[in-house]
Amino acid sequence: MSGEAAEIAFDRVTKRYPGRAEPAVRELTLTVPAGELCCLVGPSGAGKTTAMKMVNRLIDITEGDITIGGTSVRTLDVTALRRGIGYVIQQVGLFPHMSVADNVATVPRLLGWPKARIASQVDELLHLVDLPPDDYRARFPSQLSGGERQRVGLARALGANPPVMLMDEPFGALDPITRARLQHELLRIQHELRKTIVFVTHDIDEAILLGDRIAILREGGILAQYDTPEALLARPADDFVARFLGTDRGLKLLSLRRLDEVELAPLDGVAAPSADGSTTLRDALSLMITARSRSLVVVGSDGDPRGVVTLDTLAGLAG
Amino acid sequence: MSGPLAQGEPVIPDFGEGSDCVVENRLFCPDWVRDNWAGVLQPALLEHVKLTLIAVAVGFVLSFAAALVTHRFRLAEKPFVAFSAIVYTIPSLALFQLLVPVTGLTVTTVEVALVGYTLLILYRNTLEGLRGVPVDVLEAARGMGLTRRQTLWRVELPLAVPAIMAGLRVAVVSTIALATVAAFVIPQGLGYPIYLALREAFKTEIIVAGALAIGLALVADGLLVVAERALTPWAQTRRVR
Repeated sequence: MSGEAAEIAFDRVTKRYPGRAEPAVRELTLTVPAGELCCLVGPSGAGKTTAMKMVNRLIDITEGDITIGGTSVRTLDVTALRRGIGYVIQQVGLFPHMSVADNVATVPRLLGWPKARIASQVDELLHLVDLPPDDYRARFPSQLSGGERQRVGLARALGANPPVMLMDEPFGALDPITRARLQHELLRIQHELRKTIVFVTHDIDEAILLGDRIAILREGGILAQYDTPEALLARPADDFVARFLGTDRGLKLLSLRRLDEVELAPLDGVAAPSADGSTTLRDALSLMITARSRSLVVVGSDGDPRGVVTLDTLAGLAG
Repeated sequence: MSGPLAQGEPVIPDFGEGSDCVVENRLFCPDWVRDNWAGVLQPALLEHVKLTLIAVAVGFVLSFAAALVTHRFRLAEKPFVAFSAIVYTIPSLALFQLLVPVTGLTVTTVEVALVGYTLLILYRNTLEGLRGVPVDVLEAARGMGLTRRQTLWRVELPLAVPAIMAGLRVAVVSTIALATVAAFVIPQGLGYPIYLALREAFKTEIIVAGALAIGLALVADGLLVVAERALTPWAQTRRVR
């Protein structure tokens, strides 16, 4: 198992802990298509981490099955399975006694890669996570900031080019600025590598930003809704999902789209503030409100007006 | 304590041939040290080093094995701690008394006792070191597919080195001090010249042999500090930001 992304499929997966009446995860069925990032979100006690850890069998499946690329995780040797899955946790868990390079080389070494290949892989991955290898290779974890540690954690998880990654609230312990930076780095890396990623978070904004799809779990490990961020925000399945998304879900929906993507009305000669096509609809709405205007002229990158977007257009988008 | 310390009635000591300093038994006679370095002091020092090395090495192997067993099977902790703690509390002279009927007036008697005193500290420290590994590090190791054995040898033991070295330092220094008592059983180590000199209250020999024991402890401790730094470069660096 390496290289090409593989589909992850949960098939009626249930996890029961002995001595507890209610299961932690109940008949979870969902498919993460190859190369997509799926966020598992929900309140605490919704079983999102439990669901994720059943993929690499850190937690045993009670009933049902999980397949990766069509192969049941139950049939694979557990160490081989884990070596083929990148694993990132909130506390990072770097080995304090190993240099950055040795940390990143962990899984390739376990797999017996030749030395030269390991060295070039380490450098490549450190470049990928934006840590210049000459600067960082020989450092110990105690010599890194929190953000740098999680970058190394990400590089280590990518060590042997796993097709699948599991990430358990990887940015949860970082300050907001570092967190935002790493979220965008992950998007860039994911755009380049196209891994199949299961990403656990309790932060719905993070899920909307990162997820190709979002699975919202509720207490008791029940899947409330599984959809793209746009579909979730536009059509929440029930009150629980709507509440979880927040009363500002309309604004969140607007933040997912840019002026370029909406159909513009022809220019009507009315004086209105203007905005670039790459502006999000949320920012466009904000502009209209601060400018006390019911419309906005959209300009191209050359500055030429293209058309007009109105409050009515924005209001009709969720439908 | 009887024997060497019992000075009885004042006698006129006969210090034999020697300088005025020696004959008058002044506090410190450099010429005696010079004359007796090769014949008395150096051999005693080397024997002392050997007694200590063997005791700590054997004690370490036993404690290490016991700590590994305990790390795997928690139930083993109480019996191991009880045994090593009981041994630790027996006074050394009493322990020699107990052992002599079994092993005689031999090096074995001395080593069994010395090893016994290292067990508690080495066992405790090794176990604490293994248990002190952060849970997130262990979870990462497991999640990446390290086997239990690989986790032990590649992660847990390297991270336990500072605690193990701290235990070794205490064990070595206390064994060096304790090994002077070996002279009650065998004519070896720095304790033997002290034992002989006490009989005659010969000050220079007591002072020099005692100083050698202290010096040996300091040097050994220093060497272990250097070894620890070399073994754990990762623990020497401080956070840069």
